[in-house]
Amino acid sequence: MIERLQELVNADPALVRRGRWTNADMLLETGARRWLVAIRAGRIEAVRTVEMAVAPFDFAIRGTEEAWAEFWKPMPKPRHHDLIALIREGKMRFEGDMDLLMANLLYLKLVLEAPRRTGVAA
Amino acid sequence: MSPVIEPIAGRYMRLQIDGREHRLYWEEAGSGVPLLCLHTAGADGRQYRAILNDPTITERFRVVVFDMPWHGKSSPPEGWEREDYKLTTESYVELVVTVAEALGLDRPALMGCSIGGRVVLELARRHPNLFRAVIGLQSSAFVQRYFDLSYLHRPNIHGGEVCAAYCYGLVGPGAPQKHRWETLWHYMQGGPGVFLGDLHFYSIDGDVSGRLAEIDTARCPVFMLTGEYDYSCTLEASRETAAKIVGAELTVMQGLGHFPMSEDPERFRGYLMPVLERIAAG
Repeated sequence: MIERLQELVNADPALVRRGRWTNADMLLETGARRWLVAIRAGRIEAVRTVEMAVAPFDFAIRGTEEAWAEFWKPMPKPRHHDLIALIREGKMRFEGDMDLLMANLLYLKLVLEAPRRTGVAA
Repeated sequence: MSPVIEPIAGRYMRLQIDGREHRLYWEEAGSGVPLLCLHTAGADGRQYRAILNDPTITERFRVVVFDMPWHGKSSPPEGWEREDYKLTTESYVELVVTVAEALGLDRPALMGCSIGGRVVLELARRHPNLFRAVIGLQSSAFVQRYFDLSYLHRPNIHGGEVCAAYCYGLVGPGAPQKHRWETLWHYMQGGPGVFLGDLHFYSIDGDVSGRLAEIDTARCPVFMLTGEYDYSCTLEASRETAAKIVGAELTVMQGLGHFPMSEDPERFRGYLMPVLERIAAG
C-alpha cells in the first residue's frame, strides 16, 4: 500500500496544493517493515524501503500491521479510522520532530488516507 | 436562481455574565417548547444549522443556539488580551443559566454536544427545576487527556489548521464531505487558544463522575446519544456514565462521530426525533 502513496498523492492536485509548504522525510512503519517517504512541496518525491536499523528521518509514524490494515479499509471499524484514534488505542506512535508533524497534520492525515479514499484498499 | 432565505434569525445581546459585560450572539428559529443548544469545544452555533432549518422540529420547538463568549460571533470580554481563556465547570454552568434566563426561556429542553454534553449532566443535577429535560450528545462524565493539547496553541503551528486536523478524525468516516468540511471550517475559524481553553473543562476541571448519582431523572429526564466513531468521548465512556445515572437513556448512533448534528445531520435526525417526540409529549 505504501508503495502506491506516491502515485495516489501526486495525482491529486488539491492534496499537493494543501501540502505546498510541506517538506519532510517521513518514516512509516507497519509492523516490522519500514519506508522512508520523501515529501517535497506537497509531492511525494520518493518512497523507499528502509533496511537499516538506524536511518535519518524528520518524524516517524509507527503502527502495527493490523492497525494499518484496518485503517486502510474503505470503512474502518470505530477507533481505527484515524491516526490519533489509533494512538489512543495504543496501536500507533508519533516520534521525532513533533512541531513539523503537528504543523502538517491535516495534510499528512489526508496523504495517509489516500489509499482508502481511492478505493484501492478494497 | 433565486436565493433561499433561511428561517433563522440572529441577533446580539449585551449582558452581564459572572459579573462581566459580554456581547453575545445567538440564533433562533421556530416556536413552541424552548430547545436550547450548546455547541462543542472550539466551535460555534453553526453546528446546529440543520436543526434550526428543520421545519418538523421548528413547528413544535423554539430552537435557540448561542455562540459561547470567545466563540463564533460572540466577543471575548474587555481585557481578554491580558488573560488565558479557560472554561471551568462553574463558569460554564453560570453561562448557560444566565443565557436561558436572559432570553426568558421557560424550562427549556437543553441539548449539548461534547463539552455541552457534559455540562447538561451537571445542569440536570443542580437545576432540575430550570430544565424540562437534557439531551447529552457525545456525553460522558470525564475524558482523560491522551495527547499534549498545547500543540493546539503554539506560535509556530497554525492554530486553525491544527485544530481542524485534530478534529478531522473525530468525524465519522462515512460523513458526507460537504458536512465534514463545514464542521472543520468552524474549527479553522476558532480564536487562538479557545479550543484549548474549552478543553480545560473537558479534560481537567470538569470531572462530574462523582456527582452523577445525584441526578434526579424523575425531575429532569436525561437522554444520551453517542456516535460509535467518537474516539474522544467513547461509547464505553458514555455507557459508564449512563450506568451511574438512574433512569438515563443511552442510544448508540451507528456511523456517527463526535459532531453528529453537524457532520451528518440527516443520519442524526433519525436518532434525535424520537427523543424530541417524547419531550414534546411532556
